[in-house]
Order: sequence, then structure tokens, then C-alpha cells
Amino acid sequence: MTTTTPPPPPAPTAGTKKVSRAEQRATEAKTKLSSPWASGLAIVIAILWTVPTFGLLLSSFRPELEIKSNGWWTIWRNPGFTLDNYDEVLYGGSTQFSTFFINSIVITLPAVIIPITLALLAAYAFAWIEFPYRDLLFVAVFALQIVPIQVTLIPLLSEYVKWGFAGSFWTVWLSHSIFALPLAIYLLHNFMKDIPASLIEAARVDGAGHVKIFFQVLLPLLVPAIAAFGIFQFLWVWNDLLVALTFAGGTQNVAPLTVRVAELAGSRGTEWHLLAAGAAVSIVVPLIVFLSLQRYFVRGLLAGGVKG
Amino acid sequence: MSDNDPDRPDLGSGSSSTATALREDVPVAAPRPPEGSPVWTGVLVAIGAITLLGILVVVASLAGLWTPEFDWPSWLVSSVTAVEKFGLMFFAIILFVAVMTLILLAVDRARGVRNWAVALAFLGPMGLMLIFGLIYPGVRTIRESFFDRTSTNYVGFDNYATLFTEDIFQIVLRNTAIWVFIVPIVSTFIGLVYAVLVDRTRFEAIAKGLVFLPMAISMVGASIIWKFVYEYRPDQEGVEQIGLANQLLVWVGQEPYQFLITAPWNTVFLIAVMIWIQSGFAMTVLSAAIKAIPDDITEAARLDGVSGFGMFRYVTVPSIRPAFVVVFTTIAIGTLKIFDIVRTMTGGNFNTSVVANEFYTQSFRQFNIGLGAALAVVLFVLVIPIVVYNVRQLRLSEDVR
Repeated sequence: MTTTTPPPPPAPTAGTKKVSRAEQRATEAKTKLSSPWASGLAIVIAILWTVPTFGLLLSSFRPELEIKSNGWWTIWRNPGFTLDNYDEVLYGGSTQFSTFFINSIVITLPAVIIPITLALLAAYAFAWIEFPYRDLLFVAVFALQIVPIQVTLIPLLSEYVKWGFAGSFWTVWLSHSIFALPLAIYLLHNFMKDIPASLIEAARVDGAGHVKIFFQVLLPLLVPAIAAFGIFQFLWVWNDLLVALTFAGGTQNVAPLTVRVAELAGSRGTEWHLLAAGAAVSIVVPLIVFLSLQRYFVRGLLAGGVKG
Repeated sequence: MSDNDPDRPDLGSGSSSTATALREDVPVAAPRPPEGSPVWTGVLVAIGAITLLGILVVVASLAGLWTPEFDWPSWLVSSVTAVEKFGLMFFAIILFVAVMTLILLAVDRARGVRNWAVALAFLGPMGLMLIFGLIYPGVRTIRESFFDRTSTNYVGFDNYATLFTEDIFQIVLRNTAIWVFIVPIVSTFIGLVYAVLVDRTRFEAIAKGLVFLPMAISMVGASIIWKFVYEYRPDQEGVEQIGLANQLLVWVGQEPYQFLITAPWNTVFLIAVMIWIQSGFAMTVLSAAIKAIPDDITEAARLDGVSGFGMFRYVTVPSIRPAFVVVFTTIAIGTLKIFDIVRTMTGGNFNTSVVANEFYTQSFRQFNIGLGAALAVVLFVLVIPIVVYNVRQLRLSEDVR
């Protein structure tokens, strides 16, 4: 505002008004940080939120004996770095993390693509196609978010057993897709509604049907929203334990990383060299995805109801 | 010009009556040129017939009238090598894309397709999935909660009576109450304070990134991280602590403490992990809301001599109330369903179990289906008021706008 408007008429405060926004922020920052308590508190929180992760990551590179006999903060006294933990965790005969890593990828990709596609189509129909009981149906879908997934697990499992594909990837894909739909439809519907009606009308006048409008007009405009929800769903599926434990927990051929790490923590809770490296492996992919696409992720968070 | 008209009728939301009225003069069902191809009409009819048949089969199976016996080829249900797994994954994706493409092409190309048919093509797949995966299982679980452990004999409210009278479930319910009480309040508070503290400072981006990072880590990963922090070594000569928390205790001259084993405080130390994860979420949403406060409001308050804590209390907090409600209820719902942290850190032992974890234990370890179902229903009942409150608050804030 201050940077784009022409110079204001001379006034007693003209000097301050000419200050650019950045400078203005800088001066405000100075006044805020001048309180040592405030900055001290912020630093304490920041440390509390990072040191535990840092400690585990650092430990994952330390030799087994060192991890078990002294803390990572004594590394300057007991130096020593090794990749053995990762080697054992990834390729060791007893754990076979690489298998679980592959399972995680195989589970995650379809469980992200399928619900987003279906939710996009549904959101479009709810936003732009006229049909009877539309609003009622939309509210019903929205309300399904109330159902906690725990309620659905056993009936779904027994149905999968009946149909003969229990313990396969299909069950995990289908379950994740179903559980993601209500929220996905709601969020994408919010984005869909924000698109100017004139655009869609113009396409209709040109004789385009709903399918053409969806693919050629709306989809390109929704790329940021799709990315936002895609990251959401990715993190959700990749980090999920309950669904995986229920539908794929028993079979090493399907179980993802989280199941394996949780199992390690339960059965070999003192094998810290394996636990540290295992946890590090399981968080590295979401961390990379998150850090590189942080902007979209935050946008997705904010679409959840705090718009405007 | 007209593109920027702020008063443009919102054709998307059907919730207000004015929008519906305005929509009538828009050619929604534009008369389609009669160029649909008969081949695609046939395809569309075939798709509809196959879908109907499929629904009948599934319903028959759900109703117990017919037991499906399929001999799936082994590559479809059990893949062992990495190549097989990725092959199956691409097969599934391509199959899905092909089916959806076929449906959409057919509905687009066929002759004389009505609006409701188009809507059905767009909504049908997700509708079937929701009915199969959420509505039907929900209803069945409620029914099972009134039956015994093998869901054969009707037992009335016995399972619920067990839940609310037996000691171990008393502890489970108490723990869940503590979780739901502490986590939303503390996470929202820390998130808010931190958002205000780092707002418009030079290090804002990185400072927020650091606190937000735990959101990307799985709860299992976070549990391992904190298990390591809480790790206990007996207080003996020559034994060093390897957990940071106990090392701090030793440094200040205290005895090391069994953080995860000593009840009842171990629940609080588990809760700390959830707060650690959720504060970043609260901070991000609240920070965005704070930045959305119009400058003239803060300016006016400043001219009136409001500053520092007064500004926070009388300007910032009231202005971001809607965001507050969203953050609070979202975290509360997530906390009610908390499972991963308890499962990974203590397995529900040492009096730390919560409803979701006990549900898992009863259903899949004790094989008491009835009791597990009752626990799931309790969860369901507890979530309802929070969601309803959330929706009502959202409605209110939309009305104000």
C-alpha cells in the first residue's frame, strides 16, 4: 500500500509514511525483539522443537557401542561416525528395511492418486453440475468426516477376507482412498467454488460439456490446490500406522516402514543403533517432500476452513 | 471489467437461495448438439449395467446371501519381489485411469445424456466407495457393539457397562479425557505465543520452519525420537545416561527417572510428544490469521495507546477467533483418535492406554469384537459434538462476513 501509492501530501508524519514496508517491518521487529524475555522464550521453544530430532539423527551415525554407553552430546569426547547402522537396517538379514521402504512407496502412490482424482470429480459435480438433492448430498459427504476410521476397520477387514484379497496391497489402497475422500472433497470443493463462474459459462456457450470443462478449464487452474492436498495425503499415508497395521500388519510383503519401525520399538526397544537409523530412514522421505513443497503444504492447511 | 465485479453471483454455492434463483437464467443444461455417437451410447449403457450388477453382487455378499469365492491369480494378491510390487502398482494406477477415462468419455460422447447422468458419472465411484467403506462399516460396528465377543449373541448394553465399570477401562477413559483436555489447550497456546513472538522478525521463516517440522515426521518417528530422549539408565557408578531428559536431571543433581513407566505421570510425558507435533500446526494456521488482521485495526489500537500485551489480548486474540476454533477442534479430534504414540512408546502398558489403542488391543489382540466395537462407538460419540461445534462456528463466521 505504501509503496505503490504516489507520495502523500505533506503532513507531519510524511517522514514515516515514506518508509518502505520492509523497513517498517524491520523497525517493528526491532521493537519487538528488544524485549529479551520474548526473544529468549522464542529461542527456548525453537530449541525444544529441534534438539530431540537432531539428537536422534546424530546418534544414527554413531557406532553401536557409543550410542549405548554415552549420550550424543558427548560426541566431542567420544568422536566416531559410521554408516554401519544404516547398512544393517537397510540390508541386514534380520530387518530388511529396504523391503518395507519399497512397500511404503508402492502403498503411497496409488493411495494419493486415486482419492485425489475421485475427489476432484466429485468436487466438480458438487460445485458446477445441477442435479437434484445436490446440497443435501454434499452435506452428507461432509458429515462423514465424523466417522472415526476405527469404526470401519473390522467390518472392512472381514469383507476383504471374504473377497479373498486380505493382506494384499489392494486393501490398503482402497481403505486409504475411502478414508481420504470426505476431507478431500470438502477442501477441493472450496477451491473449485473460487473459480469465476464466467469462465465456466464461457466454455458452456462454446458448446463444451462438463467433461471438457473439467479437464480443459478447471484442472489447469487447480494445480496448486491439487498439489496442496496431494502433499497432505502423501504425508498422511506415508506416516500412517493404524490402517497399515490393520490391513497389512501381518504380512512382511505389504507392511510399510511405519509398521516395521513401531515393531522395532516394541520388540527391540533397546537396540538404539537400529531404532535411530530406522526412524531416520522413515522420516527422510516426508522431510524432503515437506521441505521442497512447504509452501503448498501450508496453503493446504489454510484451506481447511480459515479462508479469509 | 465484469470479471472483476465483486458482486458476481456465486454460482458454485447452492447454499443460499439467491444463488439458486440467479442460476435459473443461466443455461445450465445447454441444449446439446445431437452429435452423440451411438457406439458410445452403447458403451455407457454397458457401463451402467456392469455397475448395477457389481452393486447387486456386493450387496448380496454384505447381506450374507452369497459368499464370493474367487481364485485370484497370485500376482494380483501376493507380490513378493520389488519388480512384482511396482508392476502391480502401475497396473492398479493404469486400471483406475482406464476405467475413469472410459466412464467420462462415454458420458461425454453418448447421445442425449442428461445432467443427472453426468453427475452420476462424476459422483458414482466415490459414492460407492463411501457407502462400502464408511457408511456400511459404521452401521455394522454399532450393531456389533451390542453383541458378544464373537458377534453371535445379543448382549444389550453389556459391553458399554463393562467399559464404564471395570477398572482398566476406567483408566483408559480417564487417560483419553486427560489427553483431550491438555493437548488442544497447550498446543494452541504454544502455537499462538510462538506465532506472535516470531511475527515480523528477521528470522520468521526459519523460526517457523523449525517448529513446523515435526508435522512432517510420522507419529511413529516422533515417538522414537522422544523415546530416545526419555531413555533411562540406572543410577550407578560408571553408567552414563543416554537420554537427554535424564541427563538433564542428573546434571541438576536429581536421580534419573523412568519417564515412560512411572504412572500416572507417564501419560503426561506421552502427551508432550503430541503437543510437540501439533504446536506447529496451530502456529501455522494462527500465524496466517494474525497476518490477515487488517493494518488499520492495529493502527487504530496503537493510536489509542494500546501496545504490548494489551494489543495481544484485546486486538490479536479477538480478531483470530475463527482460526482459533478451527485449530482447537482439529487438534481435539486428532487427539481423541490418538493411537500411534501410545502404541509405539508404551504399547498401552503401565496405565497409559487410550480409547483408540484399547480398541486395537481388544479387537486384534484379545479378539473381543463386541468390546472393541463398543470402544469405537464411544470414540464416534465423543467426536460428534466437536465436529458439530466446529461446523456451527464456521457457519457463524461465514454469516458475519
